[in-house]
Amino acid sequence: MIDISLSHYLTLGVIIFTIGVIGIFLNRKNIIVILMSIELILLSVNINLVAFSIFLNDISGQIFTLFILTVAAAEAAIGLAIIVVYYRNSSTIRVEEINKLKG
Amino acid sequence: MLAHAIFFYTFSFIAIISAIMVTVSKNTVHSVFFLILDFISISCLFIMIGAEFLGMIMLIVYVGAVAVLFLFVVMMLNVSQQKSQWFSSRESSKHIPVGLIVSVIIFFELIIVIGGWKYKPDIDTAMVLNFDNNISNTHSIGYVLYTDYIHVFQLSGMILLVAMVGAIVLTFKQRSGIKRQFYFKQISREKADGVEITQVESNKGVILDD
Repeated sequence: MIDISLSHYLTLGVIIFTIGVIGIFLNRKNIIVILMSIELILLSVNINLVAFSIFLNDISGQIFTLFILTVAAAEAAIGLAIIVVYYRNSSTIRVEEINKLKG
Repeated sequence: MLAHAIFFYTFSFIAIISAIMVTVSKNTVHSVFFLILDFISISCLFIMIGAEFLGMIMLIVYVGAVAVLFLFVVMMLNVSQQKSQWFSSRESSKHIPVGLIVSVIIFFELIIVIGGWKYKPDIDTAMVLNFDNNISNTHSIGYVLYTDYIHVFQLSGMILLVAMVGAIVLTFKQRSGIKRQFYFKQISREKADGVEITQVESNKGVILDD
């Protein structure tokens, strides 16, 4: 309990990942919260990679975390741009009312 | 060791609580604030276990750029007016049990995988040791990032460029009815195409085409 090992960090990553997945599944508000849940999921993956990198003494995990950070920033920019365009066209971003594709 | 445990439990508790609040809170602005708190506590964890560079980069990129971007979008889209409760609407409430069940199954699967996982005994000798305790974390990341991973690094730069261009193209709106100044057209205008002499017939007038 006192001795913090790798599995503590992995458990933290699992918990945050699950919270992100729940946020995507159960969200009924707006798409921005879904994007934030995706950020949470990427964050938990980062926790996993950094914890493995530290505890296994290999720097490559931190390199990949850097790349995930880059992709997450790009994804947030594109996603928010799409949301802005959608809001301009249909003046709502509520999840229930986005059904133009009839999927 | 005790300090490590205390810091770990404090920061991870804050991180988990704020992650829950991101998904649960009704106001989207509050969600963004809790997201910022989550990023800050996770980056504190990173700094604490020795990945200082990544912790600082997390602070700069996420808190400084991404979260502020979220705040801007939330501010511009006026989502706080669109009041809607969690679990409230009649049509969506049938998704909730299925979503919860799937999430709980995912959680327990991951927990089982982690709990039953052991190192291979010879993993310490088999893996590549890239750590050097004499140089700092930033130094060692730089040594690997700019040598072994240089192509991937440039590719990630390309991804950022494409994302920037895509965001601009998506949100750019060409407005009509705006008079702009075209310098080339203005300067290259000659007397021949600027002035025209016409013979005006009487009782007809002149038709201007411009």
